[in-house]
Amino acid sequence: MEIKTIGVAGTLESSDIQIMITQGNNGIEIDLESEVIKAYGEQIKKVIIDTLTKYGIENAKVKATDKGALDCVIAARTLAAAQRATETSNHPELEVL
Amino acid sequence: MENKVKRELPENLMSEMGLKPFESVEIGNPDVNRVAPKVHVTTGENKVVNSLEEVIKKTLKNGMTISFHHHFRNGDFAFNKVMDLIIKLGYQDLTLAPSSLTGVMNDKVIEAIKKGVITNITSSGMRGSLGDFVSHGGLKNPVIFRSHGNRARSIEEGEIKIDVAFLGVPNSDPAGNANGQEGDAVFGSLGYALIDAQYADKVVLLTDNVVDYPNTPASIKQTQVDYVVKVDQIGDPDKIGSGATRFTKDPKELKIAQMVNQVIVNSPYYKEGFSFQTGSGGAALAVTRYLRQSMLDDGITASFALGGITKPTTDLLDEGLVKKIMDVQDFDKGAASSMAKNKNQQEIDASWYADPHNKGAVVNNLDVAILSALQIDTDFNVNVMTGSDGVIRGAIGGHQDAASAKMTIITAPLVRGRNATVVPAVETVVTPGKSIDVLVTERGIAINPNRPDLLEAFSKVPDLKIVDIKDLQKMAEQQVGVPKALEYTDRTVALIQYRDGTIIDTIKEVKD
Repeated sequence: MEIKTIGVAGTLESSDIQIMITQGNNGIEIDLESEVIKAYGEQIKKVIIDTLTKYGIENAKVKATDKGALDCVIAARTLAAAQRATETSNHPELEVL
Repeated sequence: MENKVKRELPENLMSEMGLKPFESVEIGNPDVNRVAPKVHVTTGENKVVNSLEEVIKKTLKNGMTISFHHHFRNGDFAFNKVMDLIIKLGYQDLTLAPSSLTGVMNDKVIEAIKKGVITNITSSGMRGSLGDFVSHGGLKNPVIFRSHGNRARSIEEGEIKIDVAFLGVPNSDPAGNANGQEGDAVFGSLGYALIDAQYADKVVLLTDNVVDYPNTPASIKQTQVDYVVKVDQIGDPDKIGSGATRFTKDPKELKIAQMVNQVIVNSPYYKEGFSFQTGSGGAALAVTRYLRQSMLDDGITASFALGGITKPTTDLLDEGLVKKIMDVQDFDKGAASSMAKNKNQQEIDASWYADPHNKGAVVNNLDVAILSALQIDTDFNVNVMTGSDGVIRGAIGGHQDAASAKMTIITAPLVRGRNATVVPAVETVVTPGKSIDVLVTERGIAINPNRPDLLEAFSKVPDLKIVDIKDLQKMAEQQVGVPKALEYTDRTVALIQYRDGTIIDTIKEVKD
C-alpha cells in the first residue's frame, strides 16, 4: 500500500506510544525511542513491522516514541497511523489487529 | 561463591574487603563491641566560627571519612557548601559516608569523584544522575549500600569510622546544643544525624540560626560538638519535604490500600495496643486513612507508629488513635512541625530505631510494616535499589530493618507501565523473602508459604482474593510479555549489605 502523507497516531502519555509514518523506499525503517528499549526494544519493533506488513505496507519510515505501551496499544497506534498515512481511514481494516 | 538467596558473589572482591556472604535473617545473640570516638578536650569556648574553610583545614586530611545527614532532603545547602570547599582545597581520596544522598547532592558528588576527591562511598541509596554515573562504572571502588539500621551498627562497631561529621541544623547555641525543630529550615527528627554526632571524632555543626545558650531540647549535645559554623542559609524550607500530603485518587492505589487495610484488620496483630510503620508512597498514605476509620469503628488504638513519619500519622496522634510516634525522620512539613508541639512524638536515633546489634531496637517491637517495592520475585525477595534497566535508582532506607516486623506487607501494582513488578527473579535482592509475609497487588494478595497461620486467617475474609505468587508473576508476564535479559559487565559497582553487614547481592556495571 502506498504512503501518501504523514500519518501520526498516539500520544506521549505514560503507557502510550506515538507512531509517525512517512514515505520510505528501503523496507520498514524504525527509529525507536523507549524507556524500556533494553528489555522490550526488539519486541516493540516486531509488533510495528508485523502490523504494517499485514496492512500491506512494505516501505516506510517509522518514528516511534514509546512510553511503556503494551503490545495491543502498539499495534492499534501503528494501524491508526498507517491508515492516516495511506489515507484509508474511512475503510479501516481492523482484522489486521 | 553463592549466598543463601542464590546470588553469585565476586570471591576476590569479597575476600579483599573482608566481607561475608548473607546467611540468614536471624541475627541471633552475638556479643559485639562498640567503639568510642576521640575527644579533643576543651571547655567549650570559642566554638562559633565564621570560616567553614578554616574548620575544614583544621579537621580534614586526605584519606579521611566524612559524613552528612539527609534530613534536609532536596532543600539541603550544607552538603554542597562543604563539598565545594573540600574540592577547592584539593583534598584527595576521601570516603563519603552520609546517611543517604539526595538529588540536590548528585552533581557535586560526581564532580568530586571525577577530581579524585571522593574515592569511596557508603550510603543508603542514590538516584538520578549519580545512580546512572555509578551504574556506568564512574567510581572505581564499589559503593556499599547499607540500611539505616545497618549504618548505625557499622558506625557503632567501627566498620565506618567517621573522622569529620558535617551536620546542618536549623538552630544551635554557641556550645552546640541543637535540634531539628525550630528555625527557618525545620525538618523535625534528627534521627540519622544523632549517630554521627555521637561517634564522629570531629563534629562540625552548620547553622544559619545561632540561638541563646542553653538551647533545648538538645537533640545534639554540646558534649559532642567541636565547631559551630555560621552560614547564610542552611536549607530551602520549601524543598525539605512536600507540603500538604494529598490523598491519592489513583483507583489502583486506592484498591491496594483498601486491601492492605483488610490484611491488617484481619490479622492476629490487630488488637488494642498494636503498632505499625507505613512508608510515604501514595498507597501507604491511603492505608493510614482506611486504617483510621477501622480503628474508630472497632474502638482500637495503637501503642505506637514508627518510622519515617507523615502528617496523616501525626493526625492519628492528635486524635488519640496512636499513643506515641517513634520518629526517626519526618517526610513532610506537617510531621516536622508537629514534633515541637507534641511530647508523644518521640525523636529516636537510627540505632534505637533499627540497629540489629542492639539490646533490642524499636523494629523488634513492631507488629505491622507496610513497605513498597520496585520488584518482588516468586521467592518474595524485594528490590528497592535498581530499576528495570539495571541502573541504581533507589535506597534501602529502613526497608530491611522494618521487615523485622511480625507481619511485613509489601504493596505494589502488578505492573508499572510495561515493567512487571512481580518477576521470576529480582534484578537486585535488597530485602530477603524470608522476612516478607504478604504481597498486596490490585489483582490479589500472595502469602509467603512460611506463614500458614496468615493463610488460614485471610482465607476466611471474603474481600481478600488469595493468589499464589507464581500466578501473580504469570499474570504480569501475560500483560507485558517476557523482557530480554539485561546485560552487565563483570565489574561490580556496588555491594548490598544485609543488616548484619553480610553481602546479600551485588550490582554490576550496565552494558550500554
